[in-house]
Amino acid sequence: MSVCSHNFAYTDGERPVPAAVREALAPRFSVVPAARARTLRRTWLDTFDWRLHRAGLTLECVSDRGPAELVLSGTAGERITATANGTRWPVLAEGLPSGPLRDRLKGLTSVRALLPAAKAASTVSEFRLCNTDDKTVAWLTVDLLHPSRPSAGDPPAQLRLTAVRGYQAQADRIAQCLAAQPGMFRGVPPPLEAVLATVGHAPGEYSNKVDVELSATMPARMALAAVLLRLLDTLEANVAGTIRDIDTEFLHDLRVSVRRTRTALKLGAALLPDGLAAEYRPRFKWLGDLTTPTRDLDVHLLGFAGAAAELTSADPADLAPFHDYLAHRRATEQRRLARALRSARFSALTTAWRADLAGLTPARRGPDAGHAAAKIIGRAHRRTLTLGGAISAGSPPEMLHDLRKRCKELRYALEFFASLHDLPTHRGAVRELKGLQDCLGTYQDCQVQQEEIRAIAADLFASGVPVAALLAMGDLASHVGQRERRARSEFSSRFTAFASRQAQARFEVLTASAHS
Amino acid sequence: MKIVATYNIKGGVGKTAAAVNLSHLAAAGGQRVLLADLDPQAAATFLFRVRPRVKGGGTALIRGSAGLDKAIKGTDFDGLDLLPADFTFRNLDLILDTTKKPTQRLTRLLRPLRTSYDLVFLDCPPGISLLSEAVLHAADLVLAPIIPTTLSLRTLDQLTGFIGGLDGHRPALLAFCSMIDRRKRLHNEIAERLPTERDDVATTAIPALSMIERMAVQRAPVTAFAPRSAASRCYADLWAEVRARLS
Repeated sequence: MSVCSHNFAYTDGERPVPAAVREALAPRFSVVPAARARTLRRTWLDTFDWRLHRAGLTLECVSDRGPAELVLSGTAGERITATANGTRWPVLAEGLPSGPLRDRLKGLTSVRALLPAAKAASTVSEFRLCNTDDKTVAWLTVDLLHPSRPSAGDPPAQLRLTAVRGYQAQADRIAQCLAAQPGMFRGVPPPLEAVLATVGHAPGEYSNKVDVELSATMPARMALAAVLLRLLDTLEANVAGTIRDIDTEFLHDLRVSVRRTRTALKLGAALLPDGLAAEYRPRFKWLGDLTTPTRDLDVHLLGFAGAAAELTSADPADLAPFHDYLAHRRATEQRRLARALRSARFSALTTAWRADLAGLTPARRGPDAGHAAAKIIGRAHRRTLTLGGAISAGSPPEMLHDLRKRCKELRYALEFFASLHDLPTHRGAVRELKGLQDCLGTYQDCQVQQEEIRAIAADLFASGVPVAALLAMGDLASHVGQRERRARSEFSSRFTAFASRQAQARFEVLTASAHS
Repeated sequence: MKIVATYNIKGGVGKTAAAVNLSHLAAAGGQRVLLADLDPQAAATFLFRVRPRVKGGGTALIRGSAGLDKAIKGTDFDGLDLLPADFTFRNLDLILDTTKKPTQRLTRLLRPLRTSYDLVFLDCPPGISLLSEAVLHAADLVLAPIIPTTLSLRTLDQLTGFIGGLDGHRPALLAFCSMIDRRKRLHNEIAERLPTERDDVATTAIPALSMIERMAVQRAPVTAFAPRSAASRCYADLWAEVRARLS
C-alpha cells in the first residue's frame, strides 16, 4: 500500500523547522529530530545543450563522507546509481565508470560532454512527527540548498512530508497545518531548477536554434536585428567551450552561428543601414575560415571508427598512424583557433557587432518582416531551383558544391523566419530540403576527405610510415569514394523530390503565409 | 517470503520479546519485515506504540473483507511494519471455525503479501487451538521459547508431538531457552544440556535481564534502545541461528 508525500517550499523565517510550525502542530503532534543533519555536496550534470533535461532525466553527483555517487533519475521514476570513482568533469559518457548508468547515457549524450550545470551544498535534516503516544506518524525531511555560485540568496527550503504507513490521515492533517503557515507554499521546484533560479537561469535554456518570435508586421530591419542578436548570443555562448575544447559541438554550434550570420548579412543586406553588411561580411568570413580546419578534422575523427570498421582488405589497426596524424593536426589547429578566439580582433568584432545591432532603428519606409521574409525565401528558393535544374550527370563537382551553399542559405532563411510560418508547412519544406542537403553534404565531405587522405598519405610516405598504413588508407579512400559515388547517383532523385510540384506548392504557401 | 511463528503452549515465556527484537534485527539487516500481533493482549502492538485496533476487528480480518494490507501500520523503524492486535482477536478461534478450511485460512490471507515482505513474524497467543493449527500450517519455522524447567520440557515434547501430528505441511521447530535465571542451578543445567541433546533447540539462550523488561518502559525493541547491551547481543546470536535455519 503506497503512502503519499506532501512537498512544500518555505521561504521566510527561521530554519529548518520554524517555531511557528511546532506551535501550530502542538499538542497533537510533536517534532522530534531523527538524526544529525547531513551536508551533501551536490553537482548537477548535463550536456551544454541540456540533452538529459530534455529527455526528462537529471544526473547528480552526490558526495557525503563516503565516495561520491552518481544518481540518474527520471521523471517517470527511473533511477540508476553508480559510484563516481573520481570522475572529473567535463567528461564524455564513455569516460564514466562502466555499468548501466554509462550505458543509459552513452546514446543520449553522444558526442557531447557532461559538465556541471550547477553546484550546491545541501543540508538535509530529518524529523519525526509524533502523535501523543510518541509514535512516528510522518517523516519531515528539510533540505536547505546553498548554491556554490554567488547568488541573490539561497533557494527556498524544501520540505517533504511523508506519511508512515497506516497514518496517512494524520499526515494529511499535518500537511494542512503546514500549508497554513506564512511563507509556506505547496509544491517545490526540482532542486536543480531552484539552484539555477537564484542566479537567474533555468534548465534547458540553451539551444542552438534560431528561436526568436517575430511578427509579420514588425519592421523587417528589427526582425533581422533580432535574428542576428540571437545568433550572436549563441556564438558567444560557445566561445569558452570551444577554447577549452570541452567537446566538438561547441565549435560546431559556434561555426553554424557564424555561417547563419553570414547568410543573414548576405540575404538581408538591403534591410540593414548602408554599409553595415559590407563592413561585417569580411569580418565574419575571417571568423568562419578560422573554424574550418579544426571542424574538418573533427568530422574526420568523429567518423573514424565507423570508417575503419568498413575496411575490407586492411586491418583497422593499420590506420593508427593516420589517426595519430589527424589527432596531432587537430591539436595544432585547435590551439590556433583558441588563440584567435582570445584575440583582441575577435572581441572587437563581437563587441562592435552587438553595439551596432543594439543601435539599429526601424528604416523609414522599410518593408515589414512578412514581406521581407517572403522575398528572401522566394529568391533563395528560385536560385536553388535554377542552379539544381542545371546540374546533369556530367556536371563538374563545383556545381554541386555551389548548390550545397545555396541550399544552406535557403535552409537558414527558413529558420530565421520560422516563427512567421505555419509549422507543418515549414517542417514539410525543410524535410525535402534536408534530404537534398544530406546528399550534397555527403558528396562534398567525401570529396574533401579523399583529397585529404591522398595528401596525408604523401606526407606519411615521406616520413616513412609502414606500408600497411598506406595500404589501409588506400582501402579507406576507396570506401569513401564508393560513398561519394552513391551520393552522386542519389542526387537526381533527391533534387526531383525537392523540385516536385508538391514541394514547390509548399514553398508558395510558405512565402504567401509570411504576408499574413 | 518466510514465515516465523513465535509460539508456545505456555504463556509468559518470552514469545513477544523474541518476535519484537528479532523482527527489528531482521529489518535493520535490510529485510522487509511484517510482525503480525495475533495475541489479543497486544503486547507487541503496545511496544511499537501502535493503537491496538483493526477496523472491523478479527471477523473482517479473517473473512478477508477488511484487507490485511489496509490494517498494516508502519513502525518507527525502516523496513518493519506491524499488523496490530485487536481485542476481538480473543475470538479468532471462533471466527476461524466459521470459515471453510480454517487451518489454511491464515496461509491464504498472508499469500498476497509475498511481494511486499521478505519475512513475517507471527506473534501468537499461548494455548492449543484452531488458531494454533492455522499458525503452524502457515509457518515455515516455529520459534518456541522455553523456560528451562522440567514442566516446560514436558510442554516442548507436547509441542513437538502436536507438530508431528499435523496433516500436510509441518513447520520446522526451533526452541530456545528463555528467561534463564542464572542464580538457579536447574535453569543453568537444562540450558547447557538441552542444545546438546536435541537438534531442535538453539544454542543461544536468552537470560532474564532487566533490560528486556525495560522494553515496556521504553516501548521499543531492546535491540533499538540498547543495541550494545547483553540482551541485544543474545538476540543477535539467536537471530543468526534463526536466519541459518531459514536459509
